[in-house]
Amino acid sequence: MYEHDVIVVGAGGAGLRAAIAAQEEGADVAIVSKLHPVRSHTGAAEGGINAALREGDSWEDHAYDTMKGSDYLGDAPAIETLAKTSPEEVIQLEHWGMAFSREEDGRVSQRPFGGLSFPRTTYAGAETGHQLLHTMYEQLVKRGIEVYDEWHVLDLAVSDEEAPKDRTCHGVVGYDVQSGNIEGFRARDGVILATGGLGQVYDHTTNAVSNTGDGVAMAYRAGAPIEDMEFIQFHPTTLPSTGVLISEGVRGEGGILYNEAGERFMFEYGYASNDGELASRDVVSRAELNEVNAGRGIEDEYVHLDMRHLGEERIIDRLENILHLAADFEGVDALEEPMPVKPGQHYAMGGIETDENGETCISGLYAAGECACASVHGSNRLGGNALPELIVFGARAGYHAAGRDLGEAEVTTGKRGDWEPGEVETPVEPGAVEPDVEADASDAVADGGSGLDSEEFVERATERATEHVESLLANDEGRNHAEIRAEVQQSMTEQVNVFREEDALKQALRDIREAREAYQDVGVADQSRTFNTDLLQTIETRNIIDLAEAITLGALVREEFRGAHWRQEYQERDDENWLKHTLLSWNDGSPELWFKPVILEGEEKRYEPKIRSY
Amino acid sequence: MSTQVSDQTDDESSASEAETAPAAQQRRMEKKRQRAAEAAEKRQADEAEAALADEETYHLKVFRYDPEIEGKKEPRFDDFHVPYHKGMTVLDALMYARDTYDSSLTFRHSCRQAICGSDAMFVNGSQRLCCKTQLSDLEEPVRVEPLPHAEVVKDLVVDLEHFYDQMEAVEPYFQTNDLPEGELEEQRQSRENREKVKMSTRCIWCGACMSSCNIAAGDNEYLGPAAINKAYRFTMDEREGEDMKQQRLEILEQEHGVWRCQTQFSCTTVCPKDIPLTEHIQELKREAVKSNLKFW
Ligand SMILES: Cc1cc2nc3c(=O)[nH]c(=O)nc-3n(C[C@H](O)[C@H](O)[C@H](O)COP(=O)(O)OP(=O)(O)OC[C@H]3O[C@@H](n4cnc5c(N)ncnc54)[C@H](O)[C@@H]3O)c2cc1C
Ligand code: SF4
Ligand code: FES
Repeated sequence: MYEHDVIVVGAGGAGLRAAIAAQEEGADVAIVSKLHPVRSHTGAAEGGINAALREGDSWEDHAYDTMKGSDYLGDAPAIETLAKTSPEEVIQLEHWGMAFSREEDGRVSQRPFGGLSFPRTTYAGAETGHQLLHTMYEQLVKRGIEVYDEWHVLDLAVSDEEAPKDRTCHGVVGYDVQSGNIEGFRARDGVILATGGLGQVYDHTTNAVSNTGDGVAMAYRAGAPIEDMEFIQFHPTTLPSTGVLISEGVRGEGGILYNEAGERFMFEYGYASNDGELASRDVVSRAELNEVNAGRGIEDEYVHLDMRHLGEERIIDRLENILHLAADFEGVDALEEPMPVKPGQHYAMGGIETDENGETCISGLYAAGECACASVHGSNRLGGNALPELIVFGARAGYHAAGRDLGEAEVTTGKRGDWEPGEVETPVEPGAVEPDVEADASDAVADGGSGLDSEEFVERATERATEHVESLLANDEGRNHAEIRAEVQQSMTEQVNVFREEDALKQALRDIREAREAYQDVGVADQSRTFNTDLLQTIETRNIIDLAEAITLGALVREEFRGAHWRQEYQERDDENWLKHTLLSWNDGSPELWFKPVILEGEEKRYEPKIRSY
Repeated sequence: MSTQVSDQTDDESSASEAETAPAAQQRRMEKKRQRAAEAAEKRQADEAEAALADEETYHLKVFRYDPEIEGKKEPRFDDFHVPYHKGMTVLDALMYARDTYDSSLTFRHSCRQAICGSDAMFVNGSQRLCCKTQLSDLEEPVRVEPLPHAEVVKDLVVDLEHFYDQMEAVEPYFQTNDLPEGELEEQRQSRENREKVKMSTRCIWCGACMSSCNIAAGDNEYLGPAAINKAYRFTMDEREGEDMKQQRLEILEQEHGVWRCQTQFSCTTVCPKDIPLTEHIQELKREAVKSNLKFW
């Protein structure tokens, strides 16, 4: 068993920042990550990082824009913390040497981004995430922080009191990818989950293959509620064969969208008569799919994004990387041909419920970054707001876990005070199917015996995970995970995509249920202990199933149209009934649904919901 | 196909309530065997079909090795015939082969967009990122092998420990003497200076350059192009002071540093991020001479 004060799971922007903060606070900290840190998906972020740095801008304006962008489903204390803290965090990065783009006077450059009232998106070319990830990893090396890389965390070691808010997290169980060894990691002071996005729930996503939502699924099964899972952001311009992102910059520079008949549909069909191609991400995504659904798509799948008219000179000057992306990943020369594009899953607004200090309702369990829902993005994230979230809340989680007093949080976690029960009619029983003896090992997190000490909890969890792995390997002729995964991904893309309607959502639940049943017999053909990706993907597939279900349940229960969540039957935002967060708790193997109100009270003012106009 | 499968599972769950556990177990095992046989058949049919429809498939020859598994301890090449679609990359083909034909086929990959650096391999005789390489640019059969000059862990996965150690040997972090006053003040950097270091900051640690370098292959202690480029990134940054620069040059001009480079340009040729590595190494040699350091 390994032992540290603080254990951070994941080494993207959020995990690295958390580890640095915890160490600064004097903790002995280690990172456990299934990928080497520089391989984390934070490296893919292109556009930039928002922070109010300049005269004429203010944290209050940043907070206001964020609340408005969230369609009034963000919590004011968290949003204000984000807006207030991101300037110092961004300048901190700058002091660590991050290669930001520069103004004439040597200060960092900022540019305008959708939904922002001031050009406050700080950037490093079109590779902001890459620069940020590497700069932070450099600091990690400098500080000698220990990293267990290519260690896949299988489970959390959490005590088993009846109410999740009475439970404690004592550590994690890791699987050494190179050797196949399973070891416990005891955390004396806290575990911080920073495992990133869950794009692999969909078959078409801008996210990495490793973004399987492991942390969210683990925390969920350990009893931590997950929040606002229905809100998934789709990006309108991704390459059809891979999901690689074509930045908004193309439309910003004047790129035009055409349907199969060569019509400029954003104007001609009146989807956004004022803004055309520059309308917000959700609007453009819906327009594109409308075209395809109406039979005006190309190969029944995508539309064209054309930038040829901008001229070679301008393209090379401002959009050179787009030429590379189109050529390398789609085999298209964008100087000669239009690029094929379609909407793709891009970001999960929801995640593990945390407060402004990154803490969940389970004591000693924290979450930060895309896997968490500190509730700053509400139902729609503004571009450039995810990266500051990583460093602001990553740092806070790190400090807090290591013992710094950050003051009482205003956002509450777990069932407290003003929660209200929810119900939704489902065509099938959601949740785990009757567990057979073998699969059972992975389901139960809590396993009896209060009075166990912390080490014993970690040992138990390790034994359980070991048994689980053994049972998967024993079934070498079972169902292949790839098949089950593909079925879930396709169903989600067909039924729980940009457009949502009741029957389709219910169909998705049936499909997911079928996947669960098929998963009962999942097995691993590769019998090697060395670098067994077959085994790891089998384990990830279970997470995908649980999260697909959570997204679908949330989408079914939320009977309104808010932010990225469009419902055919409910075409209005309903502030009367729905200014509240959707929460799911894993209760004896089935999801329990409940709600808590949104906090619109800021430090000095209340954010009044205003009509969203396009 | 998919309806068939789901029918089966439906039967299973409704029947199992009445049955005893062992009987259910047995029945499941039987189904499983049946399914395995069907899957094997389908796989063969798929491969055969794919191989027949010649112009629509790509033929891959993929290196296989697993130190643990009987029958895979001897390195060999497996053939896969993968149905082709426009835009398909080598990584897409590998994933297809793994998901459809052999789930034990092992390789690193994650972002699919040339930014995580994890799928550098030896494809048709040169180091490339598989996700960034269009099949249509390659001659058939497409040979996929692990990066040369590194220990193979399994199939296409190599041990990168040594590469990481070299990267970390150059003190790869920013060190400045004069932080500006005030928490929110920036350390100004001229545009020209950012331009100068820009290309060097693009490295994604894929290891392709190191793998292509003859010198590195013969001298295990040679820092190698990626690490030297990392040092370039800081040495040339005007915000690091003169004394830091000296310190870095000392690391660089040690016996296994910049002077080992024989300007063969192989690193520059393979770098998927177009970093002018050889040029950067040459420039550092000049800096070292300028600063009057001893050389070997
Ligand atoms: C293409 C693209 C462009 C984007 N552009 C922008 C932008 O311009 N601006 C912006 O603000 N946001 C942007 N975003 C969003 C933002 O980049 C992400 O939300 C953010 O980087 C996520 O960071 P993270 O630290 O939470 O997770 P990640 O960087 O994904 O890191 C997750 C880490 O967890 C580890 N991990 C996962 N599961 C396990 C496990 N089971 N065991 C151990 N380790 C595990 C992984 O190894 C990895 O190290 C973009 C996103 C994408 C996909
Ligand atoms: S310098 Fe280029 S080839 Fe070498 S590791 Fe970096 S990106 Fe890869
Ligand atoms: S998969 Fe990330 S670089 Fe190719």
